[in-house]
Amino acid sequence: MDVVQYIENFLQSFAAGILTGVIYGLMCVGLTVIFGVMRVINFAQGEFMMLGMYFTYFTFSWLGGYPFFDWLYFPFVLALLAGPVLFCVGNLVHRSLLQKVTGQNASRLEGGGHYAQLVLTFGLALVLQNGGLWLFGSGLVSVPSELSYSAWEMGPLYQDRIIIFINQNQSIAALLALGVVLVFARYMARSRLGKSLRAAADNPEAAVYMGIDVSRAHRIAFGFGVGITAIGGGLLASNAPFQPYIGTDYVIIMYAGVVLGGLGSIRGAFLGGLSIGILQQVSASFLPNQLQNTMIFTCFLLTILLRPQGLFGLRERVA
Amino acid sequence: MMILKRDLLHIVLFCISYAALAALVGNSYYLLIMTLVPVWAVMGLSWNLFSGYSGLVSFGHAAFFGVGAYTVALTLQMWQLSPWYSLVLAGLLGGIGGLLVGLPTFRLRGHYFALAMLAYPLVMLYIFEWLGYQEVALMMIREQPLAFMQFENPQVYVYLAVVLLALALIVTAILARSRFGMSLLAIKQNEEAAEAAGIDTRYWKLLALCISAAMAGTVGGFYAVVLLVVTPFAVFGMLVSAQALVIAMFGGAGTLWGPVLGAVILVPLSEILHAYYGAKVPGIQGVIYGFAVIAVIIYAPDGLIWKLRAFFGARQTPLPASSVAGLHTKGSASLLACGVEANAAEFILEVKQLQKSFGGLQAIDNLSFNVKRGELLGIIGPNGAGKTTLFNLLNGFVQPDSGSIEFEGASLLKLKPNKICRRGIARTFQVAKPFPRLSLFDNVVIGAYGASHNNNQACMLAGAALQLVGLQDSAHNLPAQLSNRELRLMELARALAANPKLILVDEIFAGLDPESVQVVEQVLRKVTALGITVVIIEHSMKTMVQLVARFVVLDHGALLATGIPQDIVRNPKVIEAYLGKKWLAHAQAH
Repeated sequence: MDVVQYIENFLQSFAAGILTGVIYGLMCVGLTVIFGVMRVINFAQGEFMMLGMYFTYFTFSWLGGYPFFDWLYFPFVLALLAGPVLFCVGNLVHRSLLQKVTGQNASRLEGGGHYAQLVLTFGLALVLQNGGLWLFGSGLVSVPSELSYSAWEMGPLYQDRIIIFINQNQSIAALLALGVVLVFARYMARSRLGKSLRAAADNPEAAVYMGIDVSRAHRIAFGFGVGITAIGGGLLASNAPFQPYIGTDYVIIMYAGVVLGGLGSIRGAFLGGLSIGILQQVSASFLPNQLQNTMIFTCFLLTILLRPQGLFGLRERVA
Repeated sequence: MMILKRDLLHIVLFCISYAALAALVGNSYYLLIMTLVPVWAVMGLSWNLFSGYSGLVSFGHAAFFGVGAYTVALTLQMWQLSPWYSLVLAGLLGGIGGLLVGLPTFRLRGHYFALAMLAYPLVMLYIFEWLGYQEVALMMIREQPLAFMQFENPQVYVYLAVVLLALALIVTAILARSRFGMSLLAIKQNEEAAEAAGIDTRYWKLLALCISAAMAGTVGGFYAVVLLVVTPFAVFGMLVSAQALVIAMFGGAGTLWGPVLGAVILVPLSEILHAYYGAKVPGIQGVIYGFAVIAVIIYAPDGLIWKLRAFFGARQTPLPASSVAGLHTKGSASLLACGVEANAAEFILEVKQLQKSFGGLQAIDNLSFNVKRGELLGIIGPNGAGKTTLFNLLNGFVQPDSGSIEFEGASLLKLKPNKICRRGIARTFQVAKPFPRLSLFDNVVIGAYGASHNNNQACMLAGAALQLVGLQDSAHNLPAQLSNRELRLMELARALAANPKLILVDEIFAGLDPESVQVVEQVLRKVTALGITVVIIEHSMKTMVQLVARFVVLDHGALLATGIPQDIVRNPKVIEAYLGKKWLAHAQAH
């Protein structure tokens, strides 16, 4: 292979990396919102993403494919719909389980309920992924998308020797993901609810005195976090086949991205997820498949060991 | 040791009756379950030895389990190494794994520690897949069943598993009752106080993880022998880490029998349900473990064993109560005397040009002062003058940006708090930091560990310290039952038990009523009478003027004045710093 072909391969995987990275970024934002407001790392986040995927898959099959005049963008609507649906699920999960070990209830637990929260979400992950195996079956499924087979061509560049293909399905998914992140970040920064969430995060006690219902703030943040990550899952559902254990693979990506960007920062999490996506796709051209996740893990471990505040130094809280 | 004998009796009785039960069972499927119960109990005990006692929850014990399983499978495949030997090797490699994981990971705290531990086994999972060990079957060597641990009779595996369980229980029982267990309990309850009391927290955590990982490695190897097939998912998967954690927490973390109870209930339940409904409900095991741990966290965070004990009306067993030798020995206070004649000319501590800033805030600014051996020195200054930061620098919680601290002529820079405590500097905290679930006496015993070679000596020192501060009568109370004054005195006793030459006392009078102030003052005088140097921080000058021999006055991290109390109270700079310029004129007018 000559140099030009190397460059072409690199650019190709870089482009693919940006497209998947944006979706990873979206999922990381979901995880970081929960951490930023509640100071809880949700070990079950990958499982909520998996639920987002299956939501998209099942509504799609239940509606019998493309019901509206073969409108090709229909699966994206379902993916976005996974957000509000999983928001409600997250809300319920918080109300029935997490609330008992967070917020005001945490103070009476050993070590501020810190490990109780982790263990609880860990148990939740076990129930969801294994329950998923039962309900959804262990077979690989995916949302069939016509768009997956079409690509835009960039080029020819450099004396007609380089052509880059941009997958249409991934591009639209990435654009939607970016849109959700931007809307959400703006909402958190500007809206009254966003401000009260940040207040509850910065100083729960003071927030209570200011008349903010911290428990409700946590519930909303958990719902947001779960819903946002589920949208990311829905957008990936037409990308590659999946099964109920897929959460474990993605949870690695999410932790790596969030830690890379600095726990609790929305912008950091998005950039972290984006970097992980690029890293993963670029490394795919020279690393065997199984080692890609190992490499992401190594990045993650190196980050927390050497620079726990994150690479970008964006340690602001949920802003 | 009495308690240990009782434990031993219980262990032997349990294991023999379990083995006897197995002898009555003929069904090989039930025998397999009966083998898996002790296997997972050992795994639970392994998790418990580290996480249950130290309080650092590991979400990745599968890493060590898997290393053990692959060690046995691969050495048999490559070199026909008998499991009798490779099980030992598996334990050894597991222990080394614990060391390799612990060394970098203990630098992390809280969430980061949890995330990193979750990551290790998953990394291993992918690496073993990549190496091409998707499925390693153990070679059958039927002609020598005994030599290769391949028995026709499945009952033999139950017996072997029970032997492993007995070993794990004995190791746990011995360690839990020793300095190891006490140190880990102290770390679990308040790591900072433990470090300041002379406990090398990093050492104990590493040791705990190594022993725990060696246990996990051995039992992982045995698991491979029993199941005959090893796959990355089955030994490194999240469910393995989860089972270890859930079994221990379900039964009761930090107890000897908790993990056994957890395994006896959860393993048969999940295995039998899996056998009957596994085809219809494939993930049922994971669902059961998941629900079990959620239920425990919400309804019985301490584990089932405590609920059972409460139900059967058993007396709540107190946490390891050390023997109370020395508590009422007459004249034991002399144990604490530091044995060096006070020589007013000699400096015990010399601080030179100390600098420390936090971001833009200059907390300590070019500070130099000395402490004479045997004196009672007061460091005063308004709130925010940098007093507590100074103590944190002196006892090693914080490192200075520049400058030097010399204790008896040797530099203290870059030493960890526990090492500084062993050199002879103890401290108390402004906000009392007791270990809430240990008795007053055990709280003090922990302070004595740094200065003693064995448990007995530690108890003697603790007894002497309690007697000196006058708390010998409440020795068995829990910190929650103590008054504010008693808590302060307990802090002082814990510092004294380390047999220090110098004690740093942080705002011990704050919020005490006048009578308590007098009591504490008297105790401090007794301490100096023993030849122990005392440096005491206070922001109110009133109580201190009567007590101390000399003052060091700080303001904004810098030295404002030093001298005897009579001079200090008239020093214009001091009055200005405390009361402002307006009052200075007022004071000078009189």
